[in-house]
Amino acid sequence: MNLAIIKYNAGNIRSVLFAIERLGISATVTDDCDELRSADRVIFPGVGEASSAMAYLKARKLDQLIKDLSQPVLGICLGMQLMCKYSEENETECLGIFQEIVKKFRIDKEGDSKGDVVKVPQIGWNNISDLKSALFNGVPEDSYCYFVHGYYADFGNDTIATTDYIQSYSSALNKKNFYGVQFHPEKSAEVGNRILQNFMTV
Amino acid sequence: MLTKRIIPCLDVKDGRTVKGTNFVNLRDAGDPVDLGEIYALRGADELVFLDITATVEKRKTLSEMVRRIAHRINIPFTVGGGVSDIRDVEMLLNSGADKITINSAAFKRPSLISDLARNFGSQCVVLAIDTKKESDGVWWVYLQGGRIRANETCITWARRGVDLGAGEILVTSMDHDGTKHGFALDITRTLSTELPVPVIASGGAGQMNHFTDVFQIAKADAALAASIFHFGEIEIRALKTYLKERSINVRI
Repeated sequence: MNLAIIKYNAGNIRSVLFAIERLGISATVTDDCDELRSADRVIFPGVGEASSAMAYLKARKLDQLIKDLSQPVLGICLGMQLMCKYSEENETECLGIFQEIVKKFRIDKEGDSKGDVVKVPQIGWNNISDLKSALFNGVPEDSYCYFVHGYYADFGNDTIATTDYIQSYSSALNKKNFYGVQFHPEKSAEVGNRILQNFMTV
Repeated sequence: MLTKRIIPCLDVKDGRTVKGTNFVNLRDAGDPVDLGEIYALRGADELVFLDITATVEKRKTLSEMVRRIAHRINIPFTVGGGVSDIRDVEMLLNSGADKITINSAAFKRPSLISDLARNFGSQCVVLAIDTKKESDGVWWVYLQGGRIRANETCITWARRGVDLGAGEILVTSMDHDGTKHGFALDITRTLSTELPVPVIASGGAGQMNHFTDVFQIAKADAALAASIFHFGEIEIRALKTYLKERSINVRI
């Protein structure tokens, strides 16, 4: 398995690399176009802000390269959001691989059903449900994954998992060879390992 | 539904855990990485490693430890203890830490919080506050491991920290820490209900019902404890089952 992780100006790239290595797979962190094109699998990680990440990708012509990839590609967190059509975060035009729109969580001042204050960003473990992809083979419905995000992808034709926080949203997307997850499989214990392992065989 | 988090805290000095533990079947009970891995397997939602090394070698031993943790552990972890500048943070994040805690250094120089939030994102900046309720009934901020009282109240400093970009607040009540009589419910509740970011309660956990109270009454988003986990007085899975039976949403 020749796995490449896209190197760009976003956080958590090393965490993803370590998680892949824990599975016994070696990976290359690179922004080299030839290396990315020839990889068997590509992971597009990311924690950060949408507009500066998009500007960075465009400046290095990585935006077109990612769209043209034909092997399985997995976007994680910001990576997934950048694969969507548009993000409300600083009004950013994204890659448009998925047709879904990325919106900001809006805080309801009333709090949740227990009267607890709802906080943004969402930080912590939440369920993934309505799982519809080989990416989730062997992953039980309502499994817990670790999330850190203030923006979410709306529902659409590409939705393959849903999560509830303030409202329901897409916690995973898939279109052809492109996959995206809002949560962090690299930090989601055994469930996350399983999802990463599944990505190696989709 | 988002769950409440249970967070064991490990005190580390020169790359070794400080407080004793009574874990059996552990290759090396003094190794924070082995211990952290056990907690992760037993259902901890996150881990906090608090480094109290005070030698010139600190930076090097800490970054090596963080790297080992990041290689082995598949849940989020936070590192803190004497973090004082952006270089420390960059080193810890590059070694694989998910978040860092800052405390006295941020109080002395609040722009540290905004610098970190701008460079690395609020999600990795945890503002730790040690606090104590004085006879005037007010919760005051304490610095330097609780040795110095600052002329600022806990809620004022927490609010300012959030405005500057802190992504979470870790509040430790010095009155409760080590007592095993329960968390400080009043200050935790004040912070949890008035701040738009998650609040981690710390100090005083002794029994399972203390966690029920800190989540239900004080509305904490997460609860941190050390000795009750290290000495096996409370097992994480048993605690989570107990909480779930009381309608508190936890990851099991």
